[in-house]
Amino acid sequence: MDPIELRLPHTLQRPQATSNHEPITHSTEPIVTGTSVVAFKYKDGIMMAADCLGSYGRMAMFRNERRLMAVGKTTLLGMSGDISDYQHMQHTLENIMTQEYDMDDGQRLGTKSIYKCISKIMYNRRSKMNPLWNSYVIAGVDSGEKVLGYVDLIGTTYESPTIATGYGSHMAQPILRKVVEGREDEITEEEAVKIIEDCMRVLYYRDARAFNKLTRAKVTAQGVEITEPYSLETNWDFAESIVGYGA
Amino acid sequence: MTSIGTGYDLSVSTYSPDGRVFQVEYAQKAVDNSGTAIGLRVKGGVVLAVEKIKHSRLLVPHSNRRIMTAGKYIGVASAGWMSDTRHLVKRVRDEARSYNDVYKTKIPASIIAERLGMYVQAYTLYSSVRPFGVSTLLACMDRNGPQLYMVEPSGQYVGYRGCAVGKGKQVAKTEIEKLNFDNMSVREAVKEAARIIYTAHDDTKDKLFELELSWVCEESNGLHEHVPQDLYDEAVQYAERSLDEDEDEDNEMEDDEDL
Repeated sequence: MDPIELRLPHTLQRPQATSNHEPITHSTEPIVTGTSVVAFKYKDGIMMAADCLGSYGRMAMFRNERRLMAVGKTTLLGMSGDISDYQHMQHTLENIMTQEYDMDDGQRLGTKSIYKCISKIMYNRRSKMNPLWNSYVIAGVDSGEKVLGYVDLIGTTYESPTIATGYGSHMAQPILRKVVEGREDEITEEEAVKIIEDCMRVLYYRDARAFNKLTRAKVTAQGVEITEPYSLETNWDFAESIVGYGA
Repeated sequence: MTSIGTGYDLSVSTYSPDGRVFQVEYAQKAVDNSGTAIGLRVKGGVVLAVEKIKHSRLLVPHSNRRIMTAGKYIGVASAGWMSDTRHLVKRVRDEARSYNDVYKTKIPASIIAERLGMYVQAYTLYSSVRPFGVSTLLACMDRNGPQLYMVEPSGQYVGYRGCAVGKGKQVAKTEIEKLNFDNMSVREAVKEAARIIYTAHDDTKDKLFELELSWVCEESNGLHEHVPQDLYDEAVQYAERSLDEDEDEDNEMEDDEDL
């Protein structure tokens, strides 16, 4: 019998650069990762959610990770991808916000500025062939206008009334397209919570890197509110009726 | 003035025969010419207050701040040359940031005071530089509670419950010594600080001045910030009222003498 092959991220054979003429080959993969972030605009602002899992390869290693954070008082940031790169980004943002605070000029960095800043950091790092392995979702209400944007490890950006990263872009985005788009100014907070929990539940059922413990956040003109981690109710009865897939 | 240093004051790298470095003492004089700055450290936080003397009515209110923030939660108030102050504030900010980059935790007050003290002291050693004409008050909350330090042009740094520098430091010090630090809330300290600055202000020398008030405390979430406008107004009112009362008392005493 063949020995079982364990493929954990640090045991993977990585390409080695042999000379100065070859590209840098470190940071060509993430290590501990967070999966999808889901976000969309609703009546009062933006609703966002991300689960609490930090996966080490396929292993569910850390089950209490926070992937949503407030940047200043009026901006919400959600992250998927490499968690250590996220920690680096948190530190960078902290320094920027400190600099702004010390300036004491009565100005505050709005969501648009923070979005632009993060996208420049991401693009700058990819241009050094040393990307931060993340997708970020930036949300906020900037001078009365709802802003919801995305930026990924190659510095690609787009704004949209609904955003889902990673696996969520396959599993949650279609739901959001159907339920949210065109109704951004009608959806109440209660409905928004229901929609986002439905998305997260579907992701938990179908994304093997997802977890039912999650944090949810909203950002409105009043500021950012992030919930404590909580668990979604799930029902696996349907599993009985699954046929095929080796079951 | 010409005979003061008698040749021993031309460089910071020369001692006088009785063991003094005159340039450092002259730097201290630059500090003594400045508007008063005080710091009060009470149980729940630290309050900084500055008498910002204005040389013209045309200055924009709140411009040329003499109380600044470094690394969000460190308050820096100064007496002396503003250009030197800005340089030192930049240094404090850089130190706070580099400490945070290395240790991922905010810099304790004792360490920021030590680092700033070492930096200032280095400018008392070489003939190619002059000492800083600034005394700096550092206010912050760290894991040991509220902290107040003063760094002088010599590089000496000492922690205080209350301290004063600048023109009115004698008056301010006597007033500060009367305070009961143990039973004083931060809000009360703000009012007392305003009162002391008003008391130390000499109307005959400088007519125009602006009071700057800031705090670091639980109410400000450990951040250094200007005190809220309503508290500022309350403090100014309190200061003006107590000045009026003092004047009335003086007048009464004079009246008594007339009799």
